[in-house]
Amino acid sequence: MKRKLIFADFFRNNGALMGSILIGLVAFWLIVLVILPQISMLDYSFRFNLPPAEQGGPKDVYTLSNYQHLIYGSDETHQSFNTIDLMVFLRTIVAAIMVTIFDIILCYPLAYFLGQARGMGMARLLVVLLIIPYWVNEILRAFALRIIFGDGGLINEALMLLHLTSEPIDFIRHDIALYAGLGYAYILLMLFPMYNVIESLDRNQIEAARDLGASWTRIHRRIVIPHAKPGIASGSTMVFMLSAGALATPQILGGPSSLWFTQLVYQWFNNSLNWQQGAAYAIVLLVATITIVMTIMKIFRVNMGDIGK
Amino acid sequence: MSTGVAVDLENVWIKFGDFVAVREANVNIKGGDFFSFLGPSGCGKTTILRAISGFLDPSEGHVRIGGRDMAGIGPNKRPTALIFQNLALFPLMKIWENISFSMEVRGASAAERRKRADELLDMVALGGQGDKLPSELSGGQKQRVAIARALCANPDVLLLDEPLSALDLKLRQHMRTELREIQQRVGITFIYITHDQGEALTMSDNVAVMKAGVIDQIGSGKEIYDAPATPFVASFVGENNVFRGKIRSIDGTRATIETNRSGVLTAEITPAQRGKMAVGDAAMLFVRPEALTLAEGGTDTGNTISAKVVNEEFEGNTFSVFLEGDGAKPIKMSLPNTGQTRIAERGKPLTLHINPQTTVIMPAGELASD
Ligand SMILES: Nc1ncnc2c1ncn2[C@@H]1O[C@H](COP(=O)(O)OP(=O)(O)O)[C@@H](O)[C@H]1O
Ligand SMILES: [Mg+2]
Repeated sequence: MKRKLIFADFFRNNGALMGSILIGLVAFWLIVLVILPQISMLDYSFRFNLPPAEQGGPKDVYTLSNYQHLIYGSDETHQSFNTIDLMVFLRTIVAAIMVTIFDIILCYPLAYFLGQARGMGMARLLVVLLIIPYWVNEILRAFALRIIFGDGGLINEALMLLHLTSEPIDFIRHDIALYAGLGYAYILLMLFPMYNVIESLDRNQIEAARDLGASWTRIHRRIVIPHAKPGIASGSTMVFMLSAGALATPQILGGPSSLWFTQLVYQWFNNSLNWQQGAAYAIVLLVATITIVMTIMKIFRVNMGDIGK
Repeated sequence: MSTGVAVDLENVWIKFGDFVAVREANVNIKGGDFFSFLGPSGCGKTTILRAISGFLDPSEGHVRIGGRDMAGIGPNKRPTALIFQNLALFPLMKIWENISFSMEVRGASAAERRKRADELLDMVALGGQGDKLPSELSGGQKQRVAIARALCANPDVLLLDEPLSALDLKLRQHMRTELREIQQRVGITFIYITHDQGEALTMSDNVAVMKAGVIDQIGSGKEIYDAPATPFVASFVGENNVFRGKIRSIDGTRATIETNRSGVLTAEITPAQRGKMAVGDAAMLFVRPEALTLAEGGTDTGNTISAKVVNEEFEGNTFSVFLEGDGAKPIKMSLPNTGQTRIAERGKPLTLHINPQTTVIMPAGELASD
C-alpha cells in the first residue's frame, strides 16, 4: 500500500512541473550517462576485435571468446586455465575484501568515539588529520606513501632506529604499501557513514544496556553494531567497489610482480587496443563485485534501502 | 522476589566543573519505600538518579545501597534498574528480547528468557505482544515494557526518571495507580523523579523537594503539604497565598506578623523553622486556599483579611474564588460545595478568616515562581 504512494507523494511535495523536471533529469542521468555506456560496453564484450574495415561485416558476430580468454587464455582447446589472469582476478577480489575489513576495524572505534563519546578532542583532531591529506590529489598521495614505505623511507628508518629490523623491509614487494594505500584512499568513505549512524544512536540505549548489566562487548554486539549496520554496509560497499576498481593506487604502490585486475583491463584497452577484451574483463569485475556485495548484504540482512540512510 | 533495600545518600555533592548540580544531599530512603524527588526542571533530579544508578560518581560523599558503599561499582554491577525518561527501549529487538535483555546478559537460555518475558508481559497486561517491535506499541504500552524490562533484572531498587511525562493526562493518571500497585506487589524500593507535585503526592510514601541542587525538605506528602519547611516548598507544592511582612511577636510555636498589605495576622511557625525566628525578622505567611473561610457576620476573631470578589469558578466539589485584598493583593480561596448556588457577586467585600492551625509562618525566602 505504502509503496504505491511514493510517486504520488513525490509529485504532491514537489508540484507537477518540478516533479516532472526532477524525474526527467534523473532519468536522463541514468539512461544517457549510466545505462547506455554500460550497454555499449556489454555489447563490445561479446564481439571480436576486428580491424575497422571488417566491423559491421559478416565476421562481426556475437561471441563468448573474450570471456573464454579470461578462463582459458589463448588455449583454443580449453585444456589449461588462464592461471595468471584468474589469479590476478582472485587476488584483487580477496585483497579488496581485506582492505574493506581493515577499514571497518579501523573506522569502527573511531566512529564510535566521535559519535558517542562527544567532546573527545583527540578523536576530532584525528579526523582533521585524516581529512587534510585529501586536499592533496590521489597520485601525489600515492607517491608520498611510496616514499614513506620505501627502503629509506620514514617507516623503515624508524623500524631500524628501534632495532626492530636490521634490513629495510620491502613493503612494496610484499604489497603492504598497496593495501595501506588502498585502505587509506577510501577510509573516509567508511568513516563518515559509520559516524553518521553511530551518532544517531540514542545514548540512553547504551546506558540502558549497561544498566541491565551488559558488558561493553555485548553493548557493541547487541546495540551499537546492529544500529550501525546500514552505515557499515554502505561504507563497506563503497570501499570494496572502489578498491576493487582502483587503478592509480595499484599502479603506483603495487609490487613489481603483482598486478591489480584493473591494470589488466587497462592494458587491454590502452596497450593492446583490444576494447572488446577489455570490456569483457571489466564486466566480469563489475558483475563479480556486485554479486559479492549483494551476497554479503543478504548474509548480514541489510536492505538496499537502508544503505541510502 | 527481593524485598526492598535502603538507599542512603550521605553528604553527596555533584559538580560539573565549577557548576554545583547537587549540594550536600543527605537522604535516607527506607527499604520498600516509594520515594520521590520532586522539583522543577533542571534542579538536579536526574543527576541524583544517575549517581544512584552508577552513571556518575559524586564529587564528594557516599551513595549506599543496602548499607554497601557503591563507590567504584559500575551501573552494570549495582542492584538498581533505571527507567529512562525516554524509556530507551531497544528498537531493533522484539519486545520479549527487550524485556529479557538482563537475562541474556547473564547467559540464560532463549527458552528461559522467553518464559520469564511472557510472565512479565502478563503482569503488565501486555500478554501476547512479545513478538512485536517497540515501534508497534503505543506510548502507554512502551511504558509498561520499560517497567517489565527493568523488573526482569530483579533489582533491589527501581529508579524511574519522569517515566510518565510523555503520556497524555488520562494515561498518566492511570499509570500512577498502576505503578503504585506494581510497587506494592513487588515490594522493592522505588525511587521516582518528577516535576509534577500531584504525581509525587499521590504515589509516594516520602518525597524530597529539591530546588537548584538543594534538597529543601524530606517528608511524607502530608507533612510537606501541611508543614512546608521553606517558602520554596510552600509555593511549589500545592497552591498557597503568600503574605509578606515582619514578625511582631512570638508566642511559643505561634507568631504574629505585621503584613505589608493585609494587617496583622497570627499563625503557627512551620515546625522546621521553630526557634529560628526572632521579632523583627522578615517573614512570610502561607495560607492554603482551603484554609480561608468566610467570617460569619460579627464574629471577627481578629485573624481576618478583607477582600473583594473578582471572579469565581465552580469546580464541582469546590468553588474557587479569586479575590483582591487591600493594596490589590490577589487572593485565592477554595470553598467546599455544600449546595449553595454561588459564593458572592463580583465586587462584594468579604471578610476572610484564616485558620491559624493550618497556616504557616516562616522566614522570608525565594518562592517557586520567582
Ligand atoms: N554532564 C553534565 N555536564 C554539565 N552540566 C550538567 C550535566 N548534566 C546535568 N548538568 C546540569 O545539571 C543541572 C541539573 O540537571 P538534571 O539533573 O538533568 O536536572 P533535572 O532535575 O531536570 O533532571 C542542569 O543545570 C544541567 O544543565
Ligand atoms: Mg531530568
